[in-house]
Amino acid sequence: MLELSHVHKVYRVGAFGGAKLRAVRDVNLLVKPGEVVSLIGESGSGKSTIGKMVLGLTKPSQGTITFEGEDITRIRGFAARKEYYGRVQGVFQDPFSSFNPIFKADRVFEMIRTSYFPGVSDADWREKVLDVVGTVRLDPENVLNKYPHQLSGGQLQRLLIARALLLDIRLLVADEIISMLDASTRIDVLNLLADLKERGLGILFVTHDLSLGNYVSDRSVILHKGAIAEMGPTRRVFENPLHPYSRHLLSCVPQLHRTWAEVDAELAANPPEDFEPPTVEEGDDSAPLVEAEEGHFVGIDQR
Amino acid sequence: MSNLAGAPGSDGTTDPEPIGERKKSEALYFAKRNPKLLIGAGVVLLFFLIGMIGPLFVDHGPNVYIGPQMQPPSAEYWLGTTTFGQDIWAQFVYGVRSTFLIGFLGGGIAFLIGTAIGFVAGYKGGVVDEILNMLTNVVLVLPALVVLIVAVAYLDVRGLFVQALFIGLTSWPWAARAVRSQALSLATRDYVDLARLSGRRTGKIILTEVAPNMSSYLVMSFILLFGGAVLIAAGLDFIGLGPSDGVSLGLMLQNAFQWSALHLGMWWWFIPPGFGITAIVSSMYILNVGLDEIFNPKLREL
Repeated sequence: MLELSHVHKVYRVGAFGGAKLRAVRDVNLLVKPGEVVSLIGESGSGKSTIGKMVLGLTKPSQGTITFEGEDITRIRGFAARKEYYGRVQGVFQDPFSSFNPIFKADRVFEMIRTSYFPGVSDADWREKVLDVVGTVRLDPENVLNKYPHQLSGGQLQRLLIARALLLDIRLLVADEIISMLDASTRIDVLNLLADLKERGLGILFVTHDLSLGNYVSDRSVILHKGAIAEMGPTRRVFENPLHPYSRHLLSCVPQLHRTWAEVDAELAANPPEDFEPPTVEEGDDSAPLVEAEEGHFVGIDQR
Repeated sequence: MSNLAGAPGSDGTTDPEPIGERKKSEALYFAKRNPKLLIGAGVVLLFFLIGMIGPLFVDHGPNVYIGPQMQPPSAEYWLGTTTFGQDIWAQFVYGVRSTFLIGFLGGGIAFLIGTAIGFVAGYKGGVVDEILNMLTNVVLVLPALVVLIVAVAYLDVRGLFVQALFIGLTSWPWAARAVRSQALSLATRDYVDLARLSGRRTGKIILTEVAPNMSSYLVMSFILLFGGAVLIAAGLDFIGLGPSDGVSLGLMLQNAFQWSALHLGMWWWFIPPGFGITAIVSSMYILNVGLDEIFNPKLREL
């Protein structure tokens, strides 16, 4: 459904734009209908940039992003773009800045209505809104007709998901949607994502939190410095990490029942088998992947 | 800058965004208690009324020779008469009217051009921004008064509207720069991206998402442009490049100067127009400072 192929994003940085920063490097990735793919990486690893490129908010410097057979980097014109947003929607990281503070929060629904459903009657529309608000397990009484500052982060975040559901979307880009929520609302939103997946929605789940990635996703992609370090079915990636970076990342997760010393001792006692990641020539910008086992890919090691 | 302005008791921030109804009534609360705003607005309103209503009670034109010459203020001629027997009160009220006209037109044109260019440059960024910014900088470094003098001197039409047009076309750049810098930061907010995802056009996003968040800023820009246009017009009039058919406060000053009112001790000829310009422009600036204090909580004295 969504396919990224050799996508690069290069920013010009520094005085007079002399230096280059390769935020995303040769990323290949596939999201199928009804599949949750999590993009995991530290800050600056390019995960949010990939989300923005899929949403057409920034253009890739190189490479193609195809959605249902159509290259979205070549979408021209307002009507085509609007049509694309009828199928692909996003929810952003910070619910507080996703709402214009001077308007009521349900204006985000109204915008969808004026853009996509101008002909729907008030009663029908109200029913539709109540329906999606119910889907995200919010009480309409509590959230409608309120200003953003009167609502909590979790409520706002769920309103944004509800907004995306008003449209008949096929792909949802969820950019760190859990990170602003407290633990009790987190699980609600995660379960909501699982429900959406049941409906056949593809979800690109961008996160820096390994355990969240593990919890929701079918496939995981670990990004490091813009390139894919490891990609594969979540179970395999987490149980058998092959790339040095993902091993390091997983070893950094604190464990409830063991101390660091115990973990280190165990790691020293039976060190994991070494896996040789692919290498590239100096000055080569590509990032090839090697298939270590079925569907489990390992990328280059950048230090 | 934090957007968590919804949190209770968050008023120590510099956040320029008014937050909903509560913030609006809050602004009104401070507006009623701000002496700068009240005085400034009062004086401006007074002159506005003089300019609008005054001419209705004057039954002759401002340049008609109606009476005795060189009369000091009296019950019949409130502000006296000129060397030629023109009624200075009539000239004054018509002059105030054209001063407001110049302010609204000249300032308005500059405001429209400046905000349009600023918004597009700040919102679009990239190459569009580079080009518009270059244009802005070029106009900014033009010696505006010299260009105005040359342009006005060589044009046959010398009406109020042409003058306003020229003032508008030369005084927009700083407004464009100010609006651009604000729009640059507002355009990166998530709700702007969300509006794009909602299938909104660029123009609509600028008008409904970006502009309302800087409305106080825009009001202040307009006030400053208004004051600036009045001053430039007065300067042009004073050096003899004012409208040839009408009357304005600057033209009155020029005439008074030309016919040696100062040496002849005819204070009633040059003080009213000079006072009028000073009072209008300075109360505009005071009004502006007052508005600034209302919209920016850090400056509040209460």
